[in-house]
Amino acid sequence: MTQEPTPTTSRYLTPFNVVAGIVVVVGLIITVLRFTGGLSTVTHLSDDNPWGIWIGFDLLVGVALAAGGYVTSAAVYIFGMKRFHAAVRPAILTGFLGYALVVLALHYDVGRPWRLPYPFLVSQGTTSLLFEVAACVALYLTVLFIEFSPAAMEWLGLKRARGLVVRLTLLLTIFGVMLSTLHQSSLGALFLIAPAKLHPLWYSSYIPIYFFITSIIAGLSMVIFESGLSHKFFKDKMDEEHLAGKNVVMLGFGKAAAWVLAGYFFIKVIGIAADNQWHYLATGYGAWYLVELLGFVALPAFMYAVGVREKNTTIIRWTAAWTVLGIVVNRFNICLVAFNWYLPSDQRYFPHWMEIGISVFIVTIGVLAFRFIVTRMPILYAHPDYEAH
Amino acid sequence: METIHTLQEFMLHTKNIIYILMVLALLGMPAFWRFLNGRDED
Repeated sequence: MTQEPTPTTSRYLTPFNVVAGIVVVVGLIITVLRFTGGLSTVTHLSDDNPWGIWIGFDLLVGVALAAGGYVTSAAVYIFGMKRFHAAVRPAILTGFLGYALVVLALHYDVGRPWRLPYPFLVSQGTTSLLFEVAACVALYLTVLFIEFSPAAMEWLGLKRARGLVVRLTLLLTIFGVMLSTLHQSSLGALFLIAPAKLHPLWYSSYIPIYFFITSIIAGLSMVIFESGLSHKFFKDKMDEEHLAGKNVVMLGFGKAAAWVLAGYFFIKVIGIAADNQWHYLATGYGAWYLVELLGFVALPAFMYAVGVREKNTTIIRWTAAWTVLGIVVNRFNICLVAFNWYLPSDQRYFPHWMEIGISVFIVTIGVLAFRFIVTRMPILYAHPDYEAH
Repeated sequence: METIHTLQEFMLHTKNIIYILMVLALLGMPAFWRFLNGRDED
């Protein structure tokens, strides 16, 4: 007699779970190799190319895409746009997981995890931009954890503690915006030290401003992108406010993203003029720069505007995905493609498959953690026992 | 294109272009804003 599989078994053996399981197992094996064999075992990093995709993607893209937390909470709690309230908790959760995974990914690059507190406790390099970035990321991760904690406390039934944290909401939001302004721009400022290594079209003394503005674009687009995915895969977890708020968030954030992208486009063009780099546009790198500027800045600005005008959330959702890809392209260009651009091709960096494996592993952990939390905690619905804050 | 020899010439050249771009931006951004909000006003 054959035994029917239990509903529990079939529920867990989904294609997504199987693929995620394989990615996690491979990631854990590469993790062991990295921490036992060193960087050379699993990466193509060298003295010429010390920053690979673990910095270019996991850190620079991760921090930019996690900006939805400060953008959304600033809109709701500082600018009083309460109509976007339904987007706050998913955005804070995405930001919190994003920053937590950035710190995790950094361990793979720098090694010796037990030395993580050294910059604060043992050897403070207070004149270094990296010190400022480290301090801001550490503080902002703490802020995001506290901002996220009311959802976990509602889940655990910790009413008094939740009440205390909720009273800190405005203070935490202001602190979060300050810290984000500082470290989002400082990540760009890191490249000010290498004017000869970064291609002149991407190098600019305004690069910290570019990084900060693109973080706002990334944050707005990521909230739309994540909202679209949540409405597809976690619709059953949503209450009326979240279901009704979908279009409000998409149209509002889409309009903001269109406006910021248009401003960013003009600022970038003025940046080329300020450094008089027009002649580089006629080169191969110039063509790729124009792909980034026209294809991933001007085009999404126009498409967001069309989506908002037509009140077409499908256009807005696809434009958000395209803009998120544009942020990845921008950070990759600055950190990898346009960096060491003058070196012969055999000395250029191309990631080892195990580097890509770790990046996929880290993104997968993020998706699994997001799913674990939203299926248990009141992220996409308001807990009936608590008032919204 | 005239050759640039001094910082003065460089600043003059780049600022001239930036001023033209700023005029375009000051015209372009309100136009884009009107395009963005065009249907709201209908």
